[in-house]
Amino acid sequence: MKIPIIYNVRSVRQRPVSTALTALGIAMVVAVFIAMLALANGFLAAFARTGSERNVLILRRGADAELSSGLGRDAASLVAASPHAALAPDGRPLVSPEVYVLVPLTRIGTDTNALTNVVARGISERAWDVRANVTVVDGRRPASGRSEICVGSKIVGRFPGTAIGQSLRFAGRDWTVVCHFTAGGSAFESEIWGENEQFMPVFRGEAFQSITLRLKDGAAFEEAKRALEGDKRLTVDVHRESEFYVQQSQLLGRILRILAMLITSIMAVGAVFGAVNTMYAAVSERTSEIAVLLTLGFHPRSVLASFLAESAIIAAVGGALGCLIALPANGLVASTTNWASFSEIAFSFRVTPGLLLAGLVFAVVMGVVGGFFPARRAAKLPVVQALR
Amino acid sequence: MKFLPLVLANLGRHKRRTALTTLSVAAALFLFASLQTVVTTIAAAAQFGNVRRIVSMNATGIVFPLPLAYANRLRAVPGVEAVSWANWFGGRYGDNKRFFGQFAVDPASYLEMYPEMAVPEDQKQAFLREKSAAIIGRRLLDVFGWKLGQDITIQGTIFPGDWTFTIRGVYTPTDPAINDDMMIFRHDYLEERLGRPGIAGWYVARIDHPDNAARIGKVIDDGFRNSRAPTKTGTEQAFNASFATMWGNVSLLMGTIGLAVVFAILLVTANAMMMSARERIGEVAVLKTIGFTDRLLFTLVMTETALITFTGAAIGLVGAKLLYKGTNFNAAGFLPGFDVTPRTFVVGAAIAVLLALASGLMPALRAARLPIVSALRHVE
Repeated sequence: MKIPIIYNVRSVRQRPVSTALTALGIAMVVAVFIAMLALANGFLAAFARTGSERNVLILRRGADAELSSGLGRDAASLVAASPHAALAPDGRPLVSPEVYVLVPLTRIGTDTNALTNVVARGISERAWDVRANVTVVDGRRPASGRSEICVGSKIVGRFPGTAIGQSLRFAGRDWTVVCHFTAGGSAFESEIWGENEQFMPVFRGEAFQSITLRLKDGAAFEEAKRALEGDKRLTVDVHRESEFYVQQSQLLGRILRILAMLITSIMAVGAVFGAVNTMYAAVSERTSEIAVLLTLGFHPRSVLASFLAESAIIAAVGGALGCLIALPANGLVASTTNWASFSEIAFSFRVTPGLLLAGLVFAVVMGVVGGFFPARRAAKLPVVQALR
Repeated sequence: MKFLPLVLANLGRHKRRTALTTLSVAAALFLFASLQTVVTTIAAAAQFGNVRRIVSMNATGIVFPLPLAYANRLRAVPGVEAVSWANWFGGRYGDNKRFFGQFAVDPASYLEMYPEMAVPEDQKQAFLREKSAAIIGRRLLDVFGWKLGQDITIQGTIFPGDWTFTIRGVYTPTDPAINDDMMIFRHDYLEERLGRPGIAGWYVARIDHPDNAARIGKVIDDGFRNSRAPTKTGTEQAFNASFATMWGNVSLLMGTIGLAVVFAILLVTANAMMMSARERIGEVAVLKTIGFTDRLLFTLVMTETALITFTGAAIGLVGAKLLYKGTNFNAAGFLPGFDVTPRTFVVGAAIAVLLALASGLMPALRAARLPIVSALRHVE
């Protein structure tokens, strides 16, 4: 027969402080666990959303990042003539040859020596249609032939001079901010976009870094890849845009995940010790009670289950509390350098329902692990001796 | 001190609890030391820099090169004693699972500029003789199992193609902030294969006196202001600091997590101490009856807590130190000189003291203030 849960509830009320401390300890572990994974999630999500399945990214052969690539105008026109490119309503191919450089800017709140390498992407007018996830939320697109830029939403407010109408200075020129854009939380939001023909002369001269092409038929990626890489006039590598950006984030994403696991597992050891301590104390305080329960005919297995449940519930409450503590982190923006591309990437903590659930499960596991040995001891109590 | 056996006996009563509490304190301090060391290592990298070295880079950004012809003009600037230059190569070795930095440097002037990179004289001469020679950091010998004289092929990502170098030397950094897993090779080799584009990534200059750094930097930048590639010159320390700041919010993040860890463990320790105090109400009453003063009882409980937290803290801090020192950890080259600093030890010790106070104070006060008569009722 099962021991009623009300017994556990009443017992817990007998020692509110130590129960609360245990639950709070577990809450802290769960909060850190969720926050760290939310960070890793946000980072990976930023890159997972950057590329599109339907887009093809073309780099110079051997280049593993846009920064190290270089393609001439001839390459750009060859790619634009590809039969695989989708066409805009006006009949022009959806191909965007782009300049990709890093400009050192000073973040608000840091001293002027502290420079952050921000991506400046010189796009063609087609880029707005090639990249379906990019939307101008404020202002108008930069006009061709002028020193105008559009700033990603994660840059706005973190760097001075990013409001519409203000200007940013880099490459020896002032650039007027005419719009802000969002890109579904992707890494593009950490970029500054201007016109490629404006960026070329002030940065690296007559060369593009990458060419992005929208496929006419999304399923024809392999064909397009073969055709472009096989073209004797081009020395290029062809990537699926989505895969390319995911691969750019792998190193840092993996580090973040490993760090999250490592830190929380060490913390969890501490919290499990706490749970073990509390439950052992609970068992020894209630020695005579347990003996009575056993005398009344409760099966030792019921006693075991009862104590395990108590521990698990305390931990679950702690876990829920941890979720609450971690929740405000959702949406916070953190930034670091993605060493794979050498550029700054800002990303939001993403606390997802799945992550909260994982935190709760983690808490309950800690509770069960921490409660197991004390509960087993309770169940194995020699009745006669304990009744004394 | 004569009561030490009593304290030890109390600790020994619940061996499991004492051990678990000590270990959780150890785990917390270990984590704290590790996280803090990330912060201090990044900060140390930002501080590193010889006061007599200044760095000139392209004003548009570090990723843009400068003309090689600037070397002569830099040498002519009054106060500049020596000039060297380097270029980021950014190659991939093998499957690229383990990344390391490669730099094309002007061989003679670079080694002379950086005495912190100690290279045996005969290896230095071999490097200066042979165009495709390379010098690698000591760590790379272990990482890849390379040997002196071995040929290695690196795929260029910025400069396309396969590049083969012969390892002619191994350097040992004399300053922990210098990465020991870099590879340097000859800039003239790079120039030759690229068809002499005449570019350098950045220039390093040694100046006559640290106080002149700002003035000389200004002279250099003014001289190139209206050229095609304007420069931005600063101290070597500022140059390194700009890389360190690229970590962004990492330091803040590590610090915050460190605090959360310490707080979580505070709860666990406080809990354990309160539990043991509660169990001993009867005992304390007996001790009071036989003449133990309130103050002595307070001290006894505090000593017990202190023993647990200090032992745990020592295990955690020393464990972190030994682990990172023993395994020569440097986060795959990202955090060179990763070592628990004395300052971290001091902060860790302070945390242990706070932990002892915060978790021991309540039980100790309770023991000291216990009214004997009511407490004796608990004694069976």
